[in-house]
Order: sequence, then structure tokens, then C-alpha cells
Amino acid sequence: MSDIHPLKRAPKSPASFQGARKFLFWAAIAALSAWVLVPIWFVALGAFGGRRGVYTWPKSVFPGDLSFEPFLTFLQTDGLIAAFGNSLQAAGITVVLSVLLGAPAGYALARFAFTGKNAFRLLVLLTRAFPLAILALPLTVSFINMGLYDTVFGVALVHTVLAMPFAVLVTQGIFMGVPRELEEAAWVFGCSKFQAFLRIVVPLALPGLAATAVFAFVISWNEVFAASVLTVSHRTLTAYLLTVLGESPLHFRFAGGLLLILPSVIFIFAVRRYLFAIWGISSK
Amino acid sequence: MQTKRLTPYLLILPATAFLAVLFLVPLVQTIWLAFSQGNAPSMANFQRMVSDLNFNTALRNTFLLTLFVVPVQIALSLAMGSLAMHIGKGRETILWIWTIPLGISDLAAGLVWLSILQNSGYLNSFLYGLGLIERQQAWLTYQTPIALFFGIAMAEIWRSTAIVMIVIVAGMNQVPKDFNEAAQVFGASRWTRFTKITLPLIRPALQSALILRTVLAFEVFAVVYTLGGRNFPVLMGEAYTWQNTNQNYGVAAAYAVLIMVISLVATFVYLKAIKVDPERLP
Repeated sequence: MSDIHPLKRAPKSPASFQGARKFLFWAAIAALSAWVLVPIWFVALGAFGGRRGVYTWPKSVFPGDLSFEPFLTFLQTDGLIAAFGNSLQAAGITVVLSVLLGAPAGYALARFAFTGKNAFRLLVLLTRAFPLAILALPLTVSFINMGLYDTVFGVALVHTVLAMPFAVLVTQGIFMGVPRELEEAAWVFGCSKFQAFLRIVVPLALPGLAATAVFAFVISWNEVFAASVLTVSHRTLTAYLLTVLGESPLHFRFAGGLLLILPSVIFIFAVRRYLFAIWGISSK
Repeated sequence: MQTKRLTPYLLILPATAFLAVLFLVPLVQTIWLAFSQGNAPSMANFQRMVSDLNFNTALRNTFLLTLFVVPVQIALSLAMGSLAMHIGKGRETILWIWTIPLGISDLAAGLVWLSILQNSGYLNSFLYGLGLIERQQAWLTYQTPIALFFGIAMAEIWRSTAIVMIVIVAGMNQVPKDFNEAAQVFGASRWTRFTKITLPLIRPALQSALILRTVLAFEVFAVVYTLGGRNFPVLMGEAYTWQNTNQNYGVAAAYAVLIMVISLVATFVYLKAIKVDPERLP
């Protein structure tokens, strides 16, 4: 395949025109990257600047008096570590539930033709058209009756409703990417269907499954509304921050923002190779 | 043979049961909660919702925000996608940077932009440095509704463009290279190639991106809450207030049903307006 790179082509343009074009191209890329990164830098400065830093005026992009202390003080706030732990737990349960429930369904969609397949797909797709978090409203009543209200597990159940349909669709794509012939070859060599699945399909699908798990984690970690509505004392980090925001000093809020950002950025970094593939298409 | 026919059903059973209990049942309950009063059918909740002081503002704000944010995101994502197509070295890194906001919650995004837009924040420092303002300017109060609107819109665009970009870039990757090459041979300009080849071919991606983002835009909540508090009412925020502060589940459910209906109508409109060949759907 020939290269259609427009910057390398266009032989008739004079060199200066090409140079200007190349400059504009990279300037646009730099501007868009800065648009993403600079705000994160600013909130980090807010988190490490502390009380004094917040009221410094005018602010400098590279302030001199940053320290870890304000952030560490923030981490010692009453209830914060507990909320952090609750968020981790809720996200952990969401990951396990959505993969355990979603992956088999994804496998069924990828490998079998069966009556009701379209109805099931519709049910899964339907969840995407609804503002799912508001399901938390009626669920508070039933959760109170079942003793699930104000529990991390209850929050995780709602987060699973958010993450599991996603897991079904993504794992369907992943399993469709595992060649059927490999499985059939394993049967020929005497593996049972289940053994073939464990030895052939699982290892090949594992990276994709891991990416799905990370997504489920991020979905739960970031969810605010359902967590706030369903908990009182066992708040997740987002719900906790939402309730204390009003009366907190600014540097406290910025530290909270940074704490929320860090884990999810690390996770997105971990699955960056799968981001585009996961949306149904390989990027190469 | 019996087991073979049962296998797919056994595989989808757990997911179906789960969605029935935690999605379909609460969905019906929400609808009933909204359309009833003391266990009898009634429109009282909707009357109370509509006559509430904040209702019209919340409805208008949510629509304005969606109508502003979503088109900007689509345009930005198309630009990002087109640029990314031509990056040789470093493409992965740049795409990774652009996808970072995907992991950032609306709450965190609101806090990030608060650090820029608050009175002694970076926007004011920057404007002061340029000599455009003499003292700290407030952007996020009810006295500055336009600035507040743009502040919230910026934060929303910053946070949620990544998902649109991913869907669109994924769509662009599927466009066969030969189409573009052929068009180039026949002398089609870049713009013609973009509008006549790329855009029609990424319709399915555009459609999913639009549906996904519009539905989510109607659920905007935490960004608004962190930046404007209740100075900028939106539908989801009102639902939260009626549920948590006023402890009135009926009116909260009415808001929920309203958001649902709007989302469904929007989805339907996109499905009708953007014709997609069913065979091309993933």
C-alpha cells in the first residue's frame, strides 16, 4: 500500500508552504494535548499548594512553594481512607460481578445462534439508552427492605448494572476474535468442550477480559449519583466528596479531585492498547 | 444434543436474571413511583415538578448544554481523528494523552475546572497577566450566568470528548485506505475526501457516538454541582435534590422519567435521521 501521507506528498507546493503546514499540524496536536494535560497540572498544583497556595494571587504556572504535606494532611481527614476503601471494594465487586455475568453472555452471543438472541441483545442495548443511575431511586426502597441500603455491596450491584452490559458487548467482540478453528482442533485432540474453552479460549481472550475488567473498575470508581443516593455512612470516595464539597476549603477539594483522577489515569494507561480495539475495531 | 441447545441459554441466564431484577424491575418501579400518589395513579408528581420554580430553568439549561456540548465534541473528535490519521511516530502516545479524560469522573472534572475558574484561579491569573482585568473576577455565580454556562460546558467538553473521539477514531480506522487513495488520484481535495468519503463511511460510528453522548449529556450532574452548585439547575441535579434534600421520591422519579423519555426520543431521532446499513453495524 502506498503512502498517502499528505504532508509527504503534494510535490508542487514550495518548501516553505509545506513547512508551514507541518508546523500547523503539530501545533494543533500540541494544543489539543495541552488542552487535556494542563488542567490536570493545575488541579495538582492546587492539591500540593495547600491553604496558602489557594489564595496566592496572581498564580504562577510553576509555583515555588509546593509540598506533599497538604495532600498528606488531606489523606488523614476523618472518613477519607474509609471512603477510599469503600470505593475500592465497590469497584472490586463490580469488576467480579460484571465479568462473571457478562463474559458468559458475551461468549453465547459470539458462538451460538439461538432463539431470543436478538431479544437479549435488545435488553443489553436498552440499558444504554437509559440514565441508569436514576434506578437508584426506586432501589433505595427495596434495598432498605433487603438490608442492602447503605452497604458497599448495594452500591456495587447498581454499578454492575452500569458495567455489565458493557462487558457483554465487549467480551462478545473479544470471543469473536478467537478463531473457532483453534477450539475445534482442541476437540479433535481429545479435549472436552470445557477443557478446550479453558486451555484455548481463555488464554487468548485474557488481555481483552483484563481490559474489560479495568473498564468496569473505572465505571464504578467514577460513579457519583447512585453511590450518593444509596449510602449514608458507607460512602464511596465520590459520594463522600460530593457531600463534603460544600463546606470544604478549596485546597481540600483540589486534593480530592487529584485523588479521584490518579487511579483511573493509571488504569487507562494500562489498557491504552485495547481502547480502540475494544470499541469493535482494531486500531492497526 | 439436548445440552447443546441449552448451552447458550445457560450462558445468558445469569446476566438476564440480573438485569431483570436490577434493571427492569426498578425501571417499572420508577415509572410507577412517578405516576402515582399514595398507591393510586396520579399526575400529582408531574404537576409538582412542572410548577417547581427551578423546573423551567433546569430543563432549559440541560437542553442548552447538550445542544452546545455535543456538536462541539463531534467536531473536535473529527478533527482529532483526522489529525491522528496523519501522525506517524508517536501516534500511540498522542492518542493515549487524548484518551486520559476517559478515566476522569465528572466530579473530578468539575474540581479540575474549579481550580481554573475560581476567583484566585488560573483563568483570572492569566487575564491579569495579560492586563485584561485589574482584580479577581467571579465567573461561577448566579450573577454571571453566561460565564457559568461556558465554564460548565468547557468542563464537560474537556471530560467527555475522549469517548466520542475513541468511537470516531475506531470508525475512521475501518475506512478502507484505497477509497481515499482512489479519490486522491482523481484529484479530490482533502475537504471533498473528508465530506464525501470519510463522513458517510463512519456513519455507524457517528450514530453510536451521538446516541451515547446525548444520553449522557442529559444526565449531567456532578460537573454542574461542583462548579455552580444550585446556581445552575439541571434535571439530574433537581432529581438529586428532590430525593436527598426534600426526601420526595415521587417528584424525583418524575424527573427520572422525564430524563428517560428525552433520552429515548433523542435515540430514536438519531436512529431515524442517520441511516445506517444494518450489515455494517458491529
